[in-house]
Amino acid sequence: MLIFLTNRIIQSFIVLLAMSLLVFAAVYAIGNPIDVLINPEASEEEKLKTIKNLGLDKSLFEQYFIFLKNAFKGELGYSFVHNRPAITLILERLPATLELTISALLIAIIFGIPLGVIAGLNPNNLVSKSILATSIFFFSLPTFWVGLILIMLFAVSYNFFPSTGRGDTIEIFGFYFSFLTFDGLKHLVLPSINLALYPLALIIRLTFAGIQETLPLDFIKFAKAKGLSRFRIITFHLLKYILIPIVTVIGLQFSVLIAFAVITESIFAWPGMGRLIIESITLLDRPVIVAYLLVIVFIFMLVNLIVDILYSFLDPRIRISDK
Amino acid sequence: MKFNIINFLKIYSEDKLALFFFINLIIILGLVIFGPLITLQNPYDLSQLNILDSLLPPLSQAYENNYFLLGTDDQGRDLLSAIIYGLRISLYVGSLSVIISLIVGIILGVVSAYFGGFVDNFIMRVADMVLAMPSFLIALVLLSILGRGLENVVFALVMSQWATFARVIRSSALSEKEKDYFYSARCLCLPQSRIIFGHLLPNCLPPIIVLSTINLAFAITLEASLSFLGVGLPITEPSIGLIISNGYEYIIVGKYWMSLYPGLFLLITVVSINIFSDRLRILLNPRLNI
Repeated sequence: MLIFLTNRIIQSFIVLLAMSLLVFAAVYAIGNPIDVLINPEASEEEKLKTIKNLGLDKSLFEQYFIFLKNAFKGELGYSFVHNRPAITLILERLPATLELTISALLIAIIFGIPLGVIAGLNPNNLVSKSILATSIFFFSLPTFWVGLILIMLFAVSYNFFPSTGRGDTIEIFGFYFSFLTFDGLKHLVLPSINLALYPLALIIRLTFAGIQETLPLDFIKFAKAKGLSRFRIITFHLLKYILIPIVTVIGLQFSVLIAFAVITESIFAWPGMGRLIIESITLLDRPVIVAYLLVIVFIFMLVNLIVDILYSFLDPRIRISDK
Repeated sequence: MKFNIINFLKIYSEDKLALFFFINLIIILGLVIFGPLITLQNPYDLSQLNILDSLLPPLSQAYENNYFLLGTDDQGRDLLSAIIYGLRISLYVGSLSVIISLIVGIILGVVSAYFGGFVDNFIMRVADMVLAMPSFLIALVLLSILGRGLENVVFALVMSQWATFARVIRSSALSEKEKDYFYSARCLCLPQSRIIFGHLLPNCLPPIIVLSTINLAFAITLEASLSFLGVGLPITEPSIGLIISNGYEYIIVGKYWMSLYPGLFLLITVVSINIFSDRLRILLNPRLNI
């Protein structure tokens, strides 16, 4: 286990390094932030001074090495626009994005697995058919449009839920969370439903398919023959067996949702990382774009690692081998 | 039984829901192809617009005797005409990106499967890296670097989709490679290009067709999302995503139609393509043998 972990961490580190070079070169090679940042009426002298201050007079390689040197100290450059460390800007907004993503994923799991089980156990009745049809429909829904419709229905026509911002927040360990206050929770409802639709459909389909495949297997028949209650068969035997693909998908979806949160955050004015990246893209704030991407890649690798470790707990047949 | 189109349509229409959405798809394609002939106005010819008609709700009468079925936008544009023109652009960008990804995927996938070894390893590792990132993020990053523009959007969509094609084509080519007809073709010493294009590829077609249709729906949604965020197509190429985003600010004041209807059209298009591809997937399954 320890060897596996160290191997994975070294691998991840190399990937992170390669990604940083790739992203840095791509972001820095194209587009000129000077045009955006410097007042066109500024004198030549002032221009040169600003360029020097931002470190833009050095060659790409020099800039990259300075970036790398600072990255080891945990600094990913200064934002051109906000004039603060890019990593601080992102970490400030990370809790909001995580809050949104996790609540969306929770909605998807809490509703998706039972609905999938209901559809899987009796695939031919009307309820199951409508569950499956809805899930296909959810797949095709464009996230951003659903967001608009939600705002239209629940915020404009009927004033049930607020449509923008996070509401009241509570500070825990220096980070602000909104799910602990009633007002914050009300703000969380629409965006998290919006973000939850796609993973919900995915989990329903997956649970359905898993149950269909598992029901005819011998160990279920055996459990029935043993006279176990239906509830026990479903929860302990069936669900445990089909949990592995579901956990994988939930893990992958977590990363996907963090990326897709960009859309939801833009629509609901949710102050997370996604809104920051869109703002930074329009303002050509290179250091923030680079830092955002590296943080995202880091989160992806972390989630993948956690999913891999979870496998070995869920399925004794897959014990992580020490190669 | 030999494959022919009437026979295929007969079997296809056994599923009534699929048939309904297939007809839908044909109507949409008709609207898109003959768009300029049937719309009320060219929504981007400013001389045909009248500012007095702006922000009219659906089914209201225009300043000059026309009816606006779905209302008008803030420029006095007939929304239905704008939607049809927008769908043209969306479908054009979507299909162009799928065709290019398909070509790239076929070349890389077949090369990978045919030559194996180091080439295969290299291409597939790169494809894995691409597949590990959500395609939305890849497209977003590329567009943030390249800026808005039709070519840039197509490029970004291709970059986020080619890997799926390459993977699927490689795996079906690998399984075809083990079959007898492939060995016979090699024994006949046919030229490599003929083995690949005349024998290998036609047999890989079914999964490729299904994948292309799924990806078309996906590409259209992706482009709409990107354009909605303002990083996709420029204002000079108003796709359906841009039309929806244009109506976004009016939702708060209750002028819902400017975002609702374009989104519905987008949704119907995507659902129709998805159900079409789902039906194709079932029908093209070689075990069913049409």
